[in-house]
Amino acid sequence: MTWDLKNDRPIYIQLVEQITLLIISGQFEAGSRLASVRDLATEARVNPNTMQKALAELERIGLVHTNRTSGRFITEDTKMIEEMKKNLAKEELKTFLEQMKQLGFTDEEIKTFIIENCSN
Amino acid sequence: MSAILKCTNLTKQFGKKLALSDVNLSLERGKIIGLLGPNGSGKTTFIKLLNGLLVPTSGEIRINGLTPCPQTKQTVSYLPDKTYLNDWMKVCDLFDFFEDFYNNFDRMKAVEMLQRLNINQNDRLKSMSKGTKEKVQLILVMSRNADLYVLDEPIGGVDPASRDYILNTIITNYSEKASVLISTHLIADIESVLDDVIFLKDGKVTLTSSVDDIRMQEGKSVDNLFREVFKC
Repeated sequence: MTWDLKNDRPIYIQLVEQITLLIISGQFEAGSRLASVRDLATEARVNPNTMQKALAELERIGLVHTNRTSGRFITEDTKMIEEMKKNLAKEELKTFLEQMKQLGFTDEEIKTFIIENCSN
Repeated sequence: MSAILKCTNLTKQFGKKLALSDVNLSLERGKIIGLLGPNGSGKTTFIKLLNGLLVPTSGEIRINGLTPCPQTKQTVSYLPDKTYLNDWMKVCDLFDFFEDFYNNFDRMKAVEMLQRLNINQNDRLKSMSKGTKEKVQLILVMSRNADLYVLDEPIGGVDPASRDYILNTIITNYSEKASVLISTHLIADIESVLDDVIFLKDGKVTLTSSVDDIRMQEGKSVDNLFREVFKC
């Protein structure tokens, strides 16, 4: 797994986004245990305090919860994960549609274009 | 928890030259802090003051509540900008040397790091390249269980792959009680491991902030901000 951190935005926000993506895509399975803050921080090559902040944010959203004795777990609420997946997909679609419109495509043209290109 | 390092109105003059002027700072525990500034901004002077190698002209420094003294040297692990080690010594001699001086030197840890970086215990400092010498010194310093690690330009001569390993060692080694103060010009390389940064300019502190706050407010990396603030 590679962590791709950009320079112009707060690191913890990027960590939140990337971990969310890992959960949604199923690379981090629902209900499974997360690695320790220190291990995650080492892997992403960031400060443990920053990783801690990112995990706290994920806990606030509800994607991650802490079990007092056995560590941090990813939510078992697959409905919620599915919901976030859809929201994220909608965002992606929105950007895509905007760009296609900038290229001068109409809604109809976009539809036919997608169908033509998806089938192969 | 109380600050690990606190300085009030700290000033250092060399003759007429003002190297540090009225610096007020306090460093928290459990943080990795970057001390950043262009050449001649007072970084090394500051570091030497807190290690008791220089005496303030006025103002004071307190480490765990004490002014720099033999006791604070037990709790501060210092990597100077120039080496003070004898270059006829082998790495294992240096380990003995550190063991004699510091009761918090963890030899096992040092040996482990040495192996990871493929350095032979029986090599003499004299026979090593600049980068390898730097690695050995960093290993010595990071193998102490200290409260405050003070690293003056720790990665300048080290290749990028080893740099990654060294940064990892810094992240994984320090504990919640300890803090790390790193002075460097290689900001882009280290900024993702820093909590806070201190900008020094002409002996004055011009900014203290967390890395994420800078990115949030300025929309740019600390490296870019540095280039802008200190543009020649």
